Amino acid sequence: MNTQTMERRQHYLNVSYGIKSWLFTTDHKRIAWLYLISITFFFFIGGLFATLIRLELLTPQGDLVQAETYNKLFTMHGVTMIFFFLIPSIPAVLGNFLVPMMIGARDLAFPRLNLASWYIFILGGLFTLTAAAAGGVDTGWTFYTPYSSIYSNTNVALTVMGIFTTGFSSILTGLNFVVTIHRMRAPGLTWFRLPLFIWAMYATSIIFILGTPVIAIALTLVAVERLFHLGIFDPAFGGDPVLFQHLFWFYSHPAVYIMILPAMGVESELITCFSRKRPFGYGFIAFSSVAIAVIGFLVWGHHMFVAGQSVHAGMVFSLLSMLVAIPSAIKVFNWTATLYKGSIALDAPMLYALGFIGLFTIGGLTGLFLATLAVDVHVHDTYFVIAHFHYIMVGGAVMGYLGGIHFWWPKMTGRTYPEPWARVAALIIFVGFNLTFFPQFVLGFLGMPRRYHVYPPEFQVLNVMSSAGASILAVGYILPLLYLIWSLRYGAIAGANPWRARGLEWETPSPPPTDNFEVTPIVTEGAYAYEKEPEEVYTFGEPARV
Amino acid sequence: MSNSDMVHAHQFDDFAQQHEASWNGMWVFLGTEVMFFGGMFAGYTMYRYLYPQAFASASNHLDIVLGTINTAVLICSSFTMALAVRSAQLGARKPIMIFLLLTILLGTVFLGIKFTEYYQKWVEHLIPGYDFSYEPSLARPAAIFFSFYFALTGVHALHMIIGIGLLTWLIVKAWRGRFSREYNTPVELVGLYWHFVDIIWIFLFPLLYLVGRHLG
Amino acid sequence: MKSEHILSVKFYASIFGILLVLTLSTAGIAFIDLGGAWNAVAAIAIAVGKALLVVLYFMHARYSSRLTWVFAAAGVLWLMILIGGTINDVLTRESITLPPLS
Repeated sequence: MNTQTMERRQHYLNVSYGIKSWLFTTDHKRIAWLYLISITFFFFIGGLFATLIRLELLTPQGDLVQAETYNKLFTMHGVTMIFFFLIPSIPAVLGNFLVPMMIGARDLAFPRLNLASWYIFILGGLFTLTAAAAGGVDTGWTFYTPYSSIYSNTNVALTVMGIFTTGFSSILTGLNFVVTIHRMRAPGLTWFRLPLFIWAMYATSIIFILGTPVIAIALTLVAVERLFHLGIFDPAFGGDPVLFQHLFWFYSHPAVYIMILPAMGVESELITCFSRKRPFGYGFIAFSSVAIAVIGFLVWGHHMFVAGQSVHAGMVFSLLSMLVAIPSAIKVFNWTATLYKGSIALDAPMLYALGFIGLFTIGGLTGLFLATLAVDVHVHDTYFVIAHFHYIMVGGAVMGYLGGIHFWWPKMTGRTYPEPWARVAALIIFVGFNLTFFPQFVLGFLGMPRRYHVYPPEFQVLNVMSSAGASILAVGYILPLLYLIWSLRYGAIAGANPWRARGLEWETPSPPPTDNFEVTPIVTEGAYAYEKEPEEVYTFGEPARV
Repeated sequence: MSNSDMVHAHQFDDFAQQHEASWNGMWVFLGTEVMFFGGMFAGYTMYRYLYPQAFASASNHLDIVLGTINTAVLICSSFTMALAVRSAQLGARKPIMIFLLLTILLGTVFLGIKFTEYYQKWVEHLIPGYDFSYEPSLARPAAIFFSFYFALTGVHALHMIIGIGLLTWLIVKAWRGRFSREYNTPVELVGLYWHFVDIIWIFLFPLLYLVGRHLG
Repeated sequence: MKSEHILSVKFYASIFGILLVLTLSTAGIAFIDLGGAWNAVAAIAIAVGKALLVVLYFMHARYSSRLTWVFAAAGVLWLMILIGGTINDVLTRESITLPPLS
């Protein structure tokens, strides 16, 4: 009965078929899928580079690859993972899919611009993949001058062109989200009735809009200096390489908040649903999202403590960096308080959400160690830094992404994934992740520098542990790829609201119709009314048919 | 095509919402442009602070007459653009096209003068990296000044070329009768863009041309 | 909401006129030594004035919603943060020096 109803009912996936209906779509939900496939591809490319890195680091000698090749490996790993996986991940996939639905709109404000964003993203990816195929780049994903602008003999210009292009794609996505959230909320949906995921996407979009152009010009100037021999960062002319670092990190620090804020948004949705409770301190979480975005723009110099920046500037940035931890901590406290006396269900999305709290906390706290100027002098450019940011970006952001994918998978596909496999995968990822990256804190503290393919023999045990963990992590990542694809054909049919969650996206069939809602919803209460039934919260002209 | 045939885009509830969203969207985009140019302004500020003498000296090599004329030309083009938007608000098809054309003309004059200046710089050996020649004690930071000169005015010129392309597109639409009192958003949006490019030049002119004139 | 505010040709022409006057003024003042950094201050002040006229009247910000002002102001504010943070470094390179190692 259900199968027949779903197959006969028209929704966004079966409304039209054929490659052209996908490549020329303006439906935000289909565009989300275009992004999902693309970033998954880039994730595994970045993972390939990581595999080679961890294989090399099994032994203290440089025996797998040469130093120059190793430099290319970690550069390409960073570039691919940051610009082509992490930054787009939640915004372009879950954001694109959910933002219009969560606010009761038919689509984003600018659907054609949305499609253009994806094409621009792909173009950027093509530039960068071409650079990789043509021999790669060895400057590090940070492109520090004057090596990148003068001395490196690798494909710098092509790579930065790729990053510039994909950056433009993210600017347009941010623009689309900001205007949509301002202008297209359903009747009755005031700002403080919005789901926290929307607040998170709004805050992320602020960073997209105000930060990305600066790295665009920074990289453009590197390319220009490289190609036309101008004097911008070149010390031979009296130029200052630190200027590049100011311009680079002005974006790249807020960029890490681009990577974590959306995951925090997902976190708020998961914790509330799987505790069956309103979030503790909704207003605080909402304001904290915006606070992280704003304060995050004031701290970039903490990447430059030993770069030649003035001591005074270092002190200012160190102090401000302490401030930015506060809103993040508020969120962690509030999620934890939400769990308290909640009715906890340990489905896979919740496993990711719980893992997120622990791992993000470790990552965040170690960030404070790094923000402390005096400590950073010792651990800068060591594996301590690498462990810190992987705890946040992988332990935090990627877990948030996977949790979100699992949570909204039934909505996006009309199918449920196999829950036992999902829980196993989540646990494997958690174990593999910690085995990979916790030893790196120790390595860094003991003095192992980053970006070296050789190391003193006494560090080998920890490196082997790390590489072993990476192999487990790889298994953990491949599992969802397999069972999620499997579920598209063989998964149980999902209803409109399999998790009994609260939110407008759950008040429409799975998969949703092209225009999301049969009739525009009217909102009379805030989000997360878990103590009520959905019918008490949302009204429609006539009930949406499942 | 009469405007009663026009339907607002399906994601919007009405024309008013569509117009508001488009207006907001362009302002957000201009915000990104401020930051894009801003990176270069930050670098410029740093080096002007570090090398005041070289910057003043190098700046005096720019042609202040051409620079002033160009500033006036661009401001005039903003005037004609504002009039084009006004004509669009009134639904006056012919004046829209005339003012857009004038704007394009003035923009082209600006670019012509600009490229003349570039040519002059080449003749005077003031292009860094290409046979650059300057008074030895100031040569290196002067090269930084000229690098920023070409980077800033080059990116600005690129934006103007794109703007002229957009204006041409608008003329075609206006000629086809696409604009009316009810619907003239594209003209407004291109107008915002064009005025922004003018504002960038309003800052570039004193920062590049007027650094050291008082020092002779 | 951006109100349908149609300004007169004469009004636009006056703004244009003021902008031309300011342009000639800034070029002229540039040749007068105002002492120290005051030439730079004057030039930037005039530029800001011109920019404001363009933003408020040519770009109709004067007649637009508060949201437009917020977007415009945010761009300027963030630019100030970028320049400020960079300059703070450059200005203070010598102000705190570390004691010698011995």
